Amino acid sequence: MSAAPARVNEIGLERNDYTGNPTTLCKGCGHNSIANQIIAVAFEMSLSPYKLIKMSGIGCSSKSPAYFLGMSHGFNGLHGRMPSITTGAVMANRELKAIGVSGDGDTGSIGMGQFKHITRRNVPMVYIIENNGVYGLTKGQFSATADEGLELKYAGVQKLPALDLCLEAMASEATFVARSFAGDAKQVRELLKAALSHNGIAVLDIISPCVTFNNEATSPKSYAYGMDHTAPLQEIVYIPPLEEIEVDYEPGQEQIVEMHDGSRLLLKKLDPEHYDPTDRQAALELLEWAHKEGVFITGLIYVDGERESFVETMELVDTPLAHLSDDQLRPSREALAHVMATMFGA
Amino acid sequence: MSEVQVAARAASAAEAEPIVNNFQIIVATVNGTGSQTANSTLIRALFRMGIPVNGKNIFPSNIQGLPTWFTIRLSRDGYIARREQSEVLVAMNQATIAEDIQKLPANGVVIYPQEWPLTQQRQDITYYPIPVRELKDRSEAPASLKDYIVNMIYVGALAHLLGIELAEVEHAIRFHFEGREKPVRLNMEMVNAAYQWAEENLVKRDPYRVQRMDATKDMILLDGNSAAALGAVFGGVSVVAWYPITPSTSLADALTDYLKQLRHDPGTGRATYSVIQAEDELAAIGMVVGAGWAGARAMTATSGPGISLMSEFAGLAYYAEVPAVIWDVQRMGPSTGLPTRTSQGDVLKTYFLGHGDVRHIVLLPSSLSECFEFGWRAFDLAERLQTLVFVLSDLDLGMNLWMSKPFEYPDQPMDRGKVLTAEDLNQIGQWARYRDVDGDGIPWRTLPGTEHPRAAYFTRGTGHDENARYSERPADWVSNMARLIRKHDTARGLVPKPIVDETAGAEIGLIAYGTTDPAVVESRDRLRAYGIETDYLRLRALPLEETTRSFIARHDRVFVVENNTDGQMARLIWMEFPEVAPRVHSIAYSDGLPLSARWLTHSVLEREGRVTA
Repeated sequence: MSAAPARVNEIGLERNDYTGNPTTLCKGCGHNSIANQIIAVAFEMSLSPYKLIKMSGIGCSSKSPAYFLGMSHGFNGLHGRMPSITTGAVMANRELKAIGVSGDGDTGSIGMGQFKHITRRNVPMVYIIENNGVYGLTKGQFSATADEGLELKYAGVQKLPALDLCLEAMASEATFVARSFAGDAKQVRELLKAALSHNGIAVLDIISPCVTFNNEATSPKSYAYGMDHTAPLQEIVYIPPLEEIEVDYEPGQEQIVEMHDGSRLLLKKLDPEHYDPTDRQAALELLEWAHKEGVFITGLIYVDGERESFVETMELVDTPLAHLSDDQLRPSREALAHVMATMFGA
Repeated sequence: MSEVQVAARAASAAEAEPIVNNFQIIVATVNGTGSQTANSTLIRALFRMGIPVNGKNIFPSNIQGLPTWFTIRLSRDGYIARREQSEVLVAMNQATIAEDIQKLPANGVVIYPQEWPLTQQRQDITYYPIPVRELKDRSEAPASLKDYIVNMIYVGALAHLLGIELAEVEHAIRFHFEGREKPVRLNMEMVNAAYQWAEENLVKRDPYRVQRMDATKDMILLDGNSAAALGAVFGGVSVVAWYPITPSTSLADALTDYLKQLRHDPGTGRATYSVIQAEDELAAIGMVVGAGWAGARAMTATSGPGISLMSEFAGLAYYAEVPAVIWDVQRMGPSTGLPTRTSQGDVLKTYFLGHGDVRHIVLLPSSLSECFEFGWRAFDLAERLQTLVFVLSDLDLGMNLWMSKPFEYPDQPMDRGKVLTAEDLNQIGQWARYRDVDGDGIPWRTLPGTEHPRAAYFTRGTGHDENARYSERPADWVSNMARLIRKHDTARGLVPKPIVDETAGAEIGLIAYGTTDPAVVESRDRLRAYGIETDYLRLRALPLEETTRSFIARHDRVFVVENNTDGQMARLIWMEFPEVAPRVHSIAYSDGLPLSARWLTHSVLEREGRVTA
């Protein structure tokens, strides 16, 4: 009996074509789960691996781009500097879709400046923060997102308040902000699809437990805690372009968000207030409330599909700058003569 | 001696030996008072009269209020190095006038506002008080503009005293204001009023004169930062990321201007480039490295403190082998140091920038033409060698006005380096990102977006094998380093060669680079007058190569002249060529100003035992 032929997607690739090298992260690390969802989503959406680039800084999270999308170019850069490298790469080739993978140290401490500025510029990319509150590779120091009062073997008790990276993103005019939990594979996948359809920066703050240094059930960034405490705002269904929507909910309980590429998000609201993620004021209030109360909200927190991305701000030509012909790059001999004629001469 | 007697003596001196087109004017003003327009008008008018000129703005790190000096050297012999002494002083800063007058040589001249209380203490100079306030009050310009236009009073007075042609003054003003009639008229009215007053009231008692020559024909007058920016545009620069820092800011500004002029798609009007003002130099170099990796010609411009911040990325780009261009318009010292003063203090820093074993390509322009040429050539070298190329200019070259022949269009097509396309990959089968298939140490690369299942590789600073796979194997590290050394040796043959000028029989060799060139050129003539012949090698790039080693080997004594304190290039030469190192001596000095020929000549004479220290 021969094996059934592997399923192929719309561009003729198998799921295996989207995998990477075997992971070298700890067994059970939340980051591996996220890598798997990236593979699943890219396959399912029939994304061309040649048009994706994988960008990262330094840290456990930043290693993970080696473990997915083996046919996509990747750049494991410097600690906290993934945003600038990505900005340059996207400027050079606007056809590339960047998936950036960062961590809470890489983004929330050393890279906070670049994080906020790439957000402000609205560079089109998916910016994933694999957030576990702790520095793993250097053996367990607190990161800036470590929860206040958390006690860790290496670092003692965290006496400082935690930074909320979704709030930081909102304060920096992010156009897509979501929070999820690595243990909720389905939600991670739907949010990834939505993020990949967004024309601008899509910040995904995914709580991704560190099984080695920060996974005691009492820690808000542990698996056990997340499994019990996530408070999803919506059930999210990603609807690809041209596909029919079937709505069977009471009016007011669902919301359809049109994405830039023609896809839509069907949001089946779960919170009693019927949260509207297109309302910036509501998003800020929600985040501030959840931060103060310690509520682990997940889901799509904010989306603004109207603001132009940095590619449009820069008024770039359609042809990627990296593909311009020599004639387009180097002005003519006559152009030089013309400029020289405008200079102060004797 | 009475004032009349002094005047008579000065007048007779002037008649006896007029000094024509061979002196220096210094304008002392207060920063932020708009004197740049007046100063550039003077230098442009003199240049238009065919007289070789060079202007230097010696300014403070300040927006308004601190003293500023602007020197204009006129040299009928074509010397453009900084002179330490000026003969003609325009004293428009009351805070420094006493000190400025003290510095004048015998037979010097001072022009100053007559309303200032000033005792004419020196009897060996000529004082020309000018009624600045009165002329200003009489002007019909709007009150809000008078403070700026007031500087034209000294332009008018000097025009009369020295013989600067008013038509050329007007031409210069018209250029400055891009032909806008109103400012041209207002400024010229002030020039004419001052000229007329001087004509009616001043008796010429000094020897300094200008006279039309024909030595600037077909030349232009421009700053090095503009030349560099224009060169980069003709090199196809497409992504620029930068952070404001003196003295490189005007390079980024010029890039923006020229790109706007030259790089918009004629059909859509959209940009074929992106200029980003980054949040800091870390982000600026990060964007440039990202763009270079993705296949665009990318550059940044900065100065010393920015170079420090770029250090980590420079190391990464060296090991990950990403092409990009970094202009370092050098200034003095750390952090703020002397931020508006010039130096050549970043030679060692940029050559070795990074951590671990790193040696970068460094280009060393010394003229406007080379700023333009290296502006485009740097991209060819960066992409050919898949590495960073630093270009070391400095404040003196970058921000001052220099004479130049018109720039020559690039004489070679763009070299985009070793890039494999999807079709190439179909042809060759296997490839490895960091394999030396050609024996020159330069591997082949693919660009993100290449539609081929084998195109992708994972870029990292971490240890990697030929296939760009993570590796901590000692043998992989060693072989990668050996290849990078091979690549650096390949670069020795690709970078611009030194320019050598040898005379038969000279025992002494001089080595210099960048903006010490004008002082060396002038010093060689002065030394000849002492019977000392010299040969001259002007470096134009790092790494060093055989031309320099053999030049040293041919001379008993070689002096390396540079504008820093440690003698950085001399040290590099000692390291690179230990076998000839004993012949090499450092002549290094740095006080924030360009080197002068007087100082250099004296230094060589001292080393040769011809004068005592």
